[in-house]
Amino acid sequence: MLEKMIFGRFIPGDSFIHRLDARAKLIFVFLFIAVVFIANNWITYAILVVFTFLIIRMSRIRLYFLINGLKPVVILIIFTFLLHLFFTREGAVIFEWKFLKIYEEGLRQGIFISIRFFVLVILTSILTLTTTPISITDALETLLNPLKKWKLPVHELALMMSISLRFIPTLMDETDKIMKAQMARGSDMTTGSMKERMNAIVPLLIPLFVSAFKRAEDLATAMEVRGYKGGEGRTRYRKLEWATKDTVIIVTLLILAVVLIYFRS
Amino acid sequence: MDITLQQVSYAYSKNTPFEKRALYDVDLHIPSGSYQAIIGHTGSGKSTVLQHLNALLKPTEGSIKIGDVEVKAEKKNKQLRKVRQKVGIVFQFPEHQLFDETVLKDIMFGPMNFGVSEEEAKRRAIELVNLLGLPNEVLEKSPFDLSGGQMRRVAIAGVLAMNPEVLVLDEPTAGLDPRGRKEIMDLFYHLHKEKGLTTVLVTHSMEDAARYADRIAIMHDGKCVLAGTPQDIFSDEVRLMDYRLELPQSIKFQKKVEQMMEKKLPVLCLTEEMLAEELAQFLKKEREL
Repeated sequence: MLEKMIFGRFIPGDSFIHRLDARAKLIFVFLFIAVVFIANNWITYAILVVFTFLIIRMSRIRLYFLINGLKPVVILIIFTFLLHLFFTREGAVIFEWKFLKIYEEGLRQGIFISIRFFVLVILTSILTLTTTPISITDALETLLNPLKKWKLPVHELALMMSISLRFIPTLMDETDKIMKAQMARGSDMTTGSMKERMNAIVPLLIPLFVSAFKRAEDLATAMEVRGYKGGEGRTRYRKLEWATKDTVIIVTLLILAVVLIYFRS
Repeated sequence: MDITLQQVSYAYSKNTPFEKRALYDVDLHIPSGSYQAIIGHTGSGKSTVLQHLNALLKPTEGSIKIGDVEVKAEKKNKQLRKVRQKVGIVFQFPEHQLFDETVLKDIMFGPMNFGVSEEEAKRRAIELVNLLGLPNEVLEKSPFDLSGGQMRRVAIAGVLAMNPEVLVLDEPTAGLDPRGRKEIMDLFYHLHKEKGLTTVLVTHSMEDAARYADRIAIMHDGKCVLAGTPQDIFSDEVRLMDYRLELPQSIKFQKKVEQMMEKKLPVLCLTEEMLAEELAQFLKKEREL
């Protein structure tokens, strides 16, 4: 069950997307979030979808794997879709059954929002799937560097982020282990009523918290022992290098934005 | 309760880029009332086999018969609860599974999940705490206030409290001091002998396998490559080296003595006590000659 989750996971590879500079990918994703909102009719959303699939292809991640890993999000998307479907009351009525009325605008909005959600989730997943957590945080740190002037603790933020990303898989393994141990003791969190399942969560969460705090303490000690004293004067082992292809991908996104503006109604 | 693995294969994260085959066509028969050791190098698939023994993992191919329940890939989870009560697993570092307010409640957690009454569960908890050599006061303490060794014992009590017919142990003494190790291993052996508890021990320690088990299986690269009595398994050092395993200390010592004296002892000595006994008899005979 947990092994299928793909958030925050990195798949090693050597595709075009893998080789892009992490800063470029980060800027790309942030700009893309804005660009997505330009779309407002069928053509523009179609362009978005095609563009997303192109990116998936270029990352050489198997589509089946990507979709499978996004199952939890799909539920959320379906939920938003239904919400829009039933609660938007504009345009012509296209379906009526007892108290249920579905309007044309509701259907349209539902589909658009779902697509928007879908492409955003896919693109951000591709970012984490093709970039090591460490380079994401490095990129974030360099990008946020100017904010240091306003006393923003950029290095500390980046460190916090890299530590949490680093520990996602560890905690996942830990969860899996504890879950199995409790299942072997007859606790069952996959079947039974809602209440039974909620009760089964306690024996899972408490050991998990205990071990997370222990790990945090160990890590703090290990860092202190090795003389960690924050970002001041710290040099880097890995250097980020901006290449032509990074500029190209950002420019491509800008072109996409222009195209979308041209076609939007 | 017999456990039989037939052509069991298992792959983690099937159908993802992380797919990893862990077991290939494992055949293993664990008869009721036996003490089976599973040994192997790190990453050989021991722990994966272990999780199949009470259907926490279901084989991707092949089948496992646990008592009269057959576990296959497509089997539904409902029938598996019954199995989990009969096969108790003590995981590696079992103290990580403690969670309840008091030791008593934590030990009662397992049996009560399987429908044992509160009084009965309580009775078992008290009995087990004594059996494991813990003072009665710990029952009302929080498990997180205990020492590491005590926590381990409480966790083991939590598994034993389910009254399993088969006890599966995954490195139960890892990280304990030598005395604690011996006490706990002796306790499991005692339970095995007294109550006829079928025991499966997954271990790195050749000494433990040689001392306690009456059958040993060797795992190597996800396959069960060898199974037999300790005498069989430890008779061929070269073969063991192939699987990156060693002889137990007592047999190593025996070989050295045999080399020095240029004579062979009649049997393979699986424990130090046995070795001492054999050597004494041997020397006595020598002197008489």
